[in-house]
Amino acid sequence: MTRPRNVIGKPRRRVDGRAKVTGQTKFADDIILPRMLHCKLLRSTVPHAKIVRIDTSKAAAVDGVSLVLTGESFPIPYGILPVSHDEHALCPDVVRFVGDPVAAVVARDEATADRAVRLIEVEYETLRTFASPADSLAYPEPRIHDYGDFGNVHKAVALQFGDVDAAIAGADHVFDDTFFFEGNTHLPIEQHATVATKDPDGKLVVYSSTQTPHYLHRALSKALAIPAAHIRVVATPNGGGFGGKSDPFNHEVVVAHAAMRLDRPVKIALTREEVFYCHRGRHPVLMRFRAGVTNDGRVTGLDLQTLLDGGAYGSYGVASTFYTGALQTVTYDIPTYRFRGCRVFTNKPPCGPKRGHGTPQSRFGQEVQLDKIAEKLVIDPADLRLNIVQPPDSLTANFLRVGTIGLADCITKVVERSGWRDKYRKLPHGRGVGLACSSYLSGAGLPINWNDLPHSGVQLKLDRSGGVTVFCGATEIGQGSDDVLVGIVAEVLGIEPFDVRAVTGDTDLTPVDLGSYSSRVTLMMGNAAIQAAERARELIAEGVSAKLDIPKSRLVFADRRVFDSEDPGKGTSFREAVCMAEAKFGTLGTTGSYTPPKSPAKFKGGGVGPSPTYSYTACVVEVDVDPETGWVTVPRVWIAHDIGCALNPVLVRGQVEGGVYMGIGEALMEEQAFRRLPAKLSHALVHKFPSILEYKSPTFLDMPEVFTDLIEHPDPAGPFGAKEVGQGPLLPIMPAVANAVYDAVGVRIDSIPVTPEKILRALEAKAAGKAPRSGPASFPEIPWPETLHVTPPWAGGDGRADNDPKRPTHRKVDAGIEAKAAGMTKEARS
Amino acid sequence: MKLRLNLSVNGEPAEALVDPDKTLLEVLREDLQLTGTKHGCELGECGACAVLLDDQPVLSCLVVSHECEGRSVVTVEGLTVDGRLHPLQECFADLGASQCGYCTPGILIAAKALLDRDPNPSRDLIREALSGNLCRCTGYQQILDAVQASIVRLGEGGEQKK
Repeated sequence: MTRPRNVIGKPRRRVDGRAKVTGQTKFADDIILPRMLHCKLLRSTVPHAKIVRIDTSKAAAVDGVSLVLTGESFPIPYGILPVSHDEHALCPDVVRFVGDPVAAVVARDEATADRAVRLIEVEYETLRTFASPADSLAYPEPRIHDYGDFGNVHKAVALQFGDVDAAIAGADHVFDDTFFFEGNTHLPIEQHATVATKDPDGKLVVYSSTQTPHYLHRALSKALAIPAAHIRVVATPNGGGFGGKSDPFNHEVVVAHAAMRLDRPVKIALTREEVFYCHRGRHPVLMRFRAGVTNDGRVTGLDLQTLLDGGAYGSYGVASTFYTGALQTVTYDIPTYRFRGCRVFTNKPPCGPKRGHGTPQSRFGQEVQLDKIAEKLVIDPADLRLNIVQPPDSLTANFLRVGTIGLADCITKVVERSGWRDKYRKLPHGRGVGLACSSYLSGAGLPINWNDLPHSGVQLKLDRSGGVTVFCGATEIGQGSDDVLVGIVAEVLGIEPFDVRAVTGDTDLTPVDLGSYSSRVTLMMGNAAIQAAERARELIAEGVSAKLDIPKSRLVFADRRVFDSEDPGKGTSFREAVCMAEAKFGTLGTTGSYTPPKSPAKFKGGGVGPSPTYSYTACVVEVDVDPETGWVTVPRVWIAHDIGCALNPVLVRGQVEGGVYMGIGEALMEEQAFRRLPAKLSHALVHKFPSILEYKSPTFLDMPEVFTDLIEHPDPAGPFGAKEVGQGPLLPIMPAVANAVYDAVGVRIDSIPVTPEKILRALEAKAAGKAPRSGPASFPEIPWPETLHVTPPWAGGDGRADNDPKRPTHRKVDAGIEAKAAGMTKEARS
Repeated sequence: MKLRLNLSVNGEPAEALVDPDKTLLEVLREDLQLTGTKHGCELGECGACAVLLDDQPVLSCLVVSHECEGRSVVTVEGLTVDGRLHPLQECFADLGASQCGYCTPGILIAAKALLDRDPNPSRDLIREALSGNLCRCTGYQQILDAVQASIVRLGEGGEQKK
C-alpha cells in the first residue's frame, strides 16, 4: 500500500537553515582553539624557476615565530588522481606558477606570521615561461613536470567509435567549427581555511573547508606518512565549493605537519588573492567540431578535438580531458564519434573541476554548432534537437548507459513558456532568443581510486529516546547534502526531519562517502540512506509486530507513529516502537551502502562518463544587445530541468537558479585570464583580474528573471527517483546566450565570455563584408596518439577497443611524435 | 600598544583590548568571538562582512576599530531577539535564500538596513540595496523572494512575530 509522502517532495526549510540564518554555522575559519597558532605561506613571485637558495633565518628570528618550513619538510608528493601525484606542500626545487608556495611561517598571530614570511629570501633561476598551450606544444623543453605523455603535454587521448570519417563524408552537409572557452574560477565567498591540531591521544585532527574529506584523508596520510587510521579529517560546512575545494591542498598539508610538530593547533585562512592561486577552476579549452549532418538535421558523425590549458599541476586534469568529450552522445543520437583531447601544462594556477567539470566547454561548442546547423538547414533549433534526442534506455556510441530522458519534455516546456515560436528570428534588431540543452552525470560511475568498495555509506543509530542519528561522510557545501540525508531517513521512518540528527563529513565518526563532487551525493548517499533506513524500519516492524500482534505487512510508519493500516488507531508511538525493537534485538544500528552499477565501457578512457543516470536540461535565454556598444543584458531565462523527483523543491529550485546565475557569469563576464608584467618589472605571468572587484561576477542587478520548471519522471536508479541538479542547469546557459546574441544582431560569438568587445569586432567584420564572427581561426596540429577503435554497440561492439594495448602503465612515447611536437610552429589562437 | 575599546554590540556593552590597526571585522570575529560576521575579501568587495554601525550598514572590513569607540554595532547574532528569529531570518530559512550560508549574515544585515528605512520597498529597490552583496550560490531569486515575504510578515505583526 502506498501512502502519501510526508517529507519527500514537500517544499521545506532545510535542516541546517536555522544555523545558516543565525550565523551559527561553523565554517573552518570560525574555529578558534586554545593556544592556536597561525600560519602564512610564502608564494612564488615568478612563474617558472628553480629554487637556488632559501634563507629563512630572518623570519625564524622574529619574536613570536614558532616554526619556519620549506620544501625539505615535505618530500612526499601527493595529488587527487593516482596518476598525477605531482604536488608538494611546499615546492622542494622548482616553482611552476606565480603563487606556488615555497615556505611557511607559523607564529602566535596572523600579523606576526605575515611580517615574518616577508623576511624569507628566495633566490630563483628562471626557466622559460609557458603562457599558453601554443607555447607548451611548441617547446617540449624544459618540461614543467618530468612525467606526462611527452614534452609539456600532460595527456593526449584519441578514441573512435565507428567509422566516423565515412559517416561524415557520406553526409549531406559537413559543419566544421572552432570554438574557445576562456577559463574561469569558482569564486566561493568563503576563502579556504584549515585548522589542524593534535588530539590528546596524539593523533592528527584536521578541520577544513573541503568538499572531499575522504580524499584529503588519503592525501594527508600519504604526504605526512601517518597511517590514515590515526588521522581524523572533519569537513566543515563549505561556504561555497563549486569544485574549488575538492583537491587536497598544500595549505592543509602544511598546517597538519606544523600542528603535529608543535603539538598546538595551527590555523591558516587564505586571503582572496591566495584563493585565486588555489584555483582548480574551468580549463580554457580550444575546440574543433566537425559534424556530418543529413538534410533533415540528423547527425551522422561527430569528430571532436579539444585542447585544454591545464595550468601547472595535474589535479583532476586527466579526467577533465576525457570529460570534454564524454557527454556529447548522452544528449543526442550520434551514431559515430571520434574524440581526441589534449591537456598541456602551463605556468599558471592549476585548472581542475569547476561545476560541470570539463563538459561546459564542449557543450558550448556543440550547442552553438547545432544552432548554426539549424540556421543553414532552415529548421527551428528546438525541432532540430527534438528530432535527435538520444532514445531512453539505450547505449550510446561510446557505451554510456542512458536510462530515463526527460529532455524532450524540457525542450517542449521552455519553448511553450518562453513563447519561443513567436520570438525566434522575429524580435526586432537588438533583441533575441537562444535555445540550448545539456545533460550531466548523477555521480561518476567510477571512484577516483579504483576499487570495489562502496561509494557511499550510511549508518543509523536509534535508541529508546526515539531519537535517530544518521552518520554519513557526505559533505555539506551549501547544496543541501544534510537535508537530503535527513529528509530521506525521516520519510522512510515516518518521523519529522527535526527528529533526526545528522553527523556528516567526519572521517572518525562517519562511514566513507567519496565527497561532494560529480553531482553524486543525492543519488549515492540517498540510496545508501534508504537502505539503512529500510533496514531499521524492518527491525522496528519486527518488534512492533511481535509485541502488538499486528502482521508486519500491515504496519505503516507515519506521523511519528507505527500503526495498523487496517486499524490506524491500533499502534504505538515511534519512540515506543523503537523500544520494542531494542528490547527484542538489543542495541539498534543499521547500515546502508551504495556502489554504482558496472559500466559496459571497457576501453581505456571508458571510466570517465558512466553514471547511474543522467539529468537533462533545456533553456531559452532572451538578450538585449546594444549594437552601438555591444553591451548585453539578459532580462529573462526559461529553464526546465529533468530532476526525476525533487526531494525538496525549495532546494532544487535554488540549485537550478544558482546554475543559471553561474552560467550567466561565465557567458558574459567571468575570466581567469593572465597577463605579463612589463619587462622592466619581472615579466612574470600574473592574473589579469586577481580580486573580486576586477574578476567580474553577476550582482543582484545583473541577474535575469528566471522561470524554472522541474520535469519529474522518477528514475529507477535514483532515491525516490531523483537525479542530480547541482551542475546540469549551468551547462546550457553559455551557448544559449551566444545563440541569442546571434538572433539579436546576427553575429556569431564563438568564444566565451561573450563580451561587448567581441560583439563590436564581429559587427565591424559584418559591416565590412567579412565573416560576421568572433572566435578562434583554427585548431593546431596535435601529434595525437594512436586512436583506440571501439566498435559501437549498434554494430555489435563489446565495449573493448579493437586495438586495446592491454592497459599499459606508461604509454610508449613515439620518438617521431616528440620530434613533431618539438618542430611544430606556434598556432595562434584568437 | 593595545587599545581599550568600548562598544555596544547587539545591545550589550562589550569591551576589548585590541591592536589599534585591527578592523571592526577582526575585533568582532577574533576578540569578541562573534564569528557570525564573515569575510570574503577584506577589501570591501563582497559584502559578507556587513554590520550595522549606529544603525547604518557598513562593511566592517573597511572600518578601523578605534573609530568605533562608544558606538553601537549590530551583527547577525543580534537579529535574533529572545530566541526568536527576525522575520527576515525566518523567510530566508524557509524560502531557500541561504544555501552555503556564507554571504547570508551580510545580506540579512543589508536587508534589515533597507527595511528599517523603507518598510515596503519594491523588488527593484531591494535589488539595488543588496547589489553590494555577492552570493555565488542562489542566483539571488530566492533572496529577493525572502525579503519580499518578510515585508508581508513584518506588516502582519511587527518584529519577531512567531
